[in-house]
Amino acid sequence: MTEETRKQSNARLVAKLMVAVVAMFVFAVGILPPMYDAICDITGLNGKTASEAADTSGAQPDAERTVTIQFLADTDPDMVWDFKPNVFSVKVHPGEIRQVDFHVRNPSQRVIVGQAIPSVSPGQASPYFKKTECFCFNNQELAGGQEADLPLIFYVDPELPKSVTTITLSYQLYDITGADAEDPELAANY
Amino acid sequence: MGEHHGPMKGVKRWILATNHKDIGAMYLWFSFIMFLTGGFLAMIIRAELMYPGLQLVDPNFFNQMTTTHGLIMVFGAVMPAFVGLANYMVPLMIGAPDMALPRLNNWSFWILPFAFSLLIIAIIQSFLGIADAPNFGWTFYAPLSTKYGPASTDFFIFSVHLMGISSIMGAVNVIVTIFNLRAPGMTLMKMPLFVWTWLITAFLLIAVMPVLAGAVTMMLTDRHFGTSFFDAAGGGDPVLFQHIFWFFGHPEVYIMILPAFGIVSAIIPTFARKPLFGYASMVYATASIAFLSFVVWAHHMFTVGLPLAGNLFYMYMTMLIAVPTGVKVFNWVATMWRGSISFEVPMMFAIAFVILFTIGGFSGLMLAITPVDQQYHDTYFVVAHFHYVLVSGAVFSIIAGVYYWLPKWTGRMYNVGLAKLHFWSSLIFVNLLFFPMHFVGLAGMPRRYSDYSLQFADFNWWISIGGFGFGLSQLILLWILIDICFRKKGEAVSDQVWDGADGLEWTLPSPAPYHSFSTPPVVK
Ligand code: HEM
Ligand SMILES: [Cu+2]
Repeated sequence: MTEETRKQSNARLVAKLMVAVVAMFVFAVGILPPMYDAICDITGLNGKTASEAADTSGAQPDAERTVTIQFLADTDPDMVWDFKPNVFSVKVHPGEIRQVDFHVRNPSQRVIVGQAIPSVSPGQASPYFKKTECFCFNNQELAGGQEADLPLIFYVDPELPKSVTTITLSYQLYDITGADAEDPELAANY
Repeated sequence: MGEHHGPMKGVKRWILATNHKDIGAMYLWFSFIMFLTGGFLAMIIRAELMYPGLQLVDPNFFNQMTTTHGLIMVFGAVMPAFVGLANYMVPLMIGAPDMALPRLNNWSFWILPFAFSLLIIAIIQSFLGIADAPNFGWTFYAPLSTKYGPASTDFFIFSVHLMGISSIMGAVNVIVTIFNLRAPGMTLMKMPLFVWTWLITAFLLIAVMPVLAGAVTMMLTDRHFGTSFFDAAGGGDPVLFQHIFWFFGHPEVYIMILPAFGIVSAIIPTFARKPLFGYASMVYATASIAFLSFVVWAHHMFTVGLPLAGNLFYMYMTMLIAVPTGVKVFNWVATMWRGSISFEVPMMFAIAFVILFTIGGFSGLMLAITPVDQQYHDTYFVVAHFHYVLVSGAVFSIIAGVYYWLPKWTGRMYNVGLAKLHFWSSLIFVNLLFFPMHFVGLAGMPRRYSDYSLQFADFNWWISIGGFGFGLSQLILLWILIDICFRKKGEAVSDQVWDGADGLEWTLPSPAPYHSFSTPPVVK
């Protein structure tokens, strides 16, 4: 190989390798996260629940079976609200529609907008946990000192795998005051 | 390669270095300095853990020590040492005049001191009590590193970007050199295994360093630019971070061990005076390990709540990796079988590597069993596992390689008596340091805490003694290197150096001339 052809073939190889480098970066930042979200959406693997109301038609209560539903309510360190479920656990028959309320209080002097993010454990139960109404579908605004009972109406799909006898629903409450105004795209995620 | 000239004079020789030996030497010295720095931080960790309770440092400072220790050792000590060896040895082994892209080579080295200055500035600030250094572990899980990371996390992010660029440039250079600069007759299947393992390592680097860069970039935008890749509040998921990190992280651990396999595969045949047993199977085993390393990452995440099918898949895949790894171990043993073995210092380290690395492989197999990993995860058992494969594995192989090629580099034999002392004290202390960690781990001592419950006290005292002993032993190596490199001590060696050694590097004079093969050798 002459010096010239060697230089050319070096440059070609470097170019190919750089394409691979860029492709892997794009893969990590641009492809993996949406792919992960899509997989989790379909399978419910990371315990995320549907962000839209489920329709209630056709859920026949199954009186033979009881499932325990436990509730957890936590606040993000930056969120000053008090937040707790009014009952910590309920027993339901799959298919049966239930309402539970969560109590929130804004102890500060100012208006705060909160957003609750639900998560279901075990993850495999999350596609079967159907919410027909939830305060987590929208953000919530409380004036300083105001309190409220926020409703959650849900049922458990009778198709829930037999191995699951207890489902834990956990909410993490975030302070998103100002976020929706500044960043419509971010707000659309909620 | 027209005009022949010697090295430039003075400091310019190093700053403007494009010669593969100069750059290789700088990489190796840089790596050794980082090894001592990271080791110093480990001494603080072991001093604190010598007794239960808090005596020297507060927990936050302790976490900064473990974090920086891990980062410096992985990215500053082990990886640059292998790149240094590649720079020095690959051209010699394939009969090339230099690396294919000498200027790129200069860049990839000189970025490193800047990258690590950032981390070291952070840790110095912490020593002076000015600001916290990164304190979230070398794995920098979100949201610890995003939402709760100290201000210096941004130093860390930038530092990782720089290291990544450096590694990618190094890898590109190795690949181009191996593909385009082999001497006539040096077919792929005639390449020494060190060249093969480095070729595959370089492809791993190209595949996963951009993913690491992507992970820290997403951290950066989550921290400062309002994205929510890893923040549940904005629709993201912290578990995604772990997937991305370990998609990089598991191939990364093989980046740190494949070149070690290559070094050991060069040393053992020399001192067993037999050709390497199963050369072709070694090549295929290396390639399959590299391939499998992309489908096992979630064995670091057995406790995050993966579905059963996922846990099973990653468990079986992880166990599958043990098969090609076992092929290698058997090949090394078969190479020694009925050889006429002599125990020179490189061979002592290589044999210790084979045995101790295998212990680390076995604890890896235990960790691969999903149901028991629920207990072992995040305990000292994991710490024992990865220190067996990384310290008595990767680091021992690097030391073995240095003792093996140092006479070729300098033209003189180092102080063998001291080197044997270095070997025996390292061997004894490394086991005193890491073996009891298996037991305290199985008994439930969690990793990454500055304190522990009383029942672990005596073991930890011994572990700390092992730690101090191992740390001090490395000063023997420092002295040996100063003695031979700067004080120019030691008897002149022949070109062959080791009577059983085989390969192009031993056909060159000792010390190897400044310009390697100006006319390519012909390989039959
Ligand atoms: C037979 C081969 C191996 C198997 C089956 C194996 C398996 C595992 C498993 C299952 C874990 C996760 C443990 C846990 O966190 O609960 C682990 C951790 C680890 N392994 Fe291995 N491993 C092997 C070889 C290696 C090698 C060759 C290296 C590096 C040279 C390595 C480096 C590490 C590191 C650094 C960690 C801990 C990462 C961290 O959490 O900080 N392993 N290994
Ligand atoms: Cu791994």
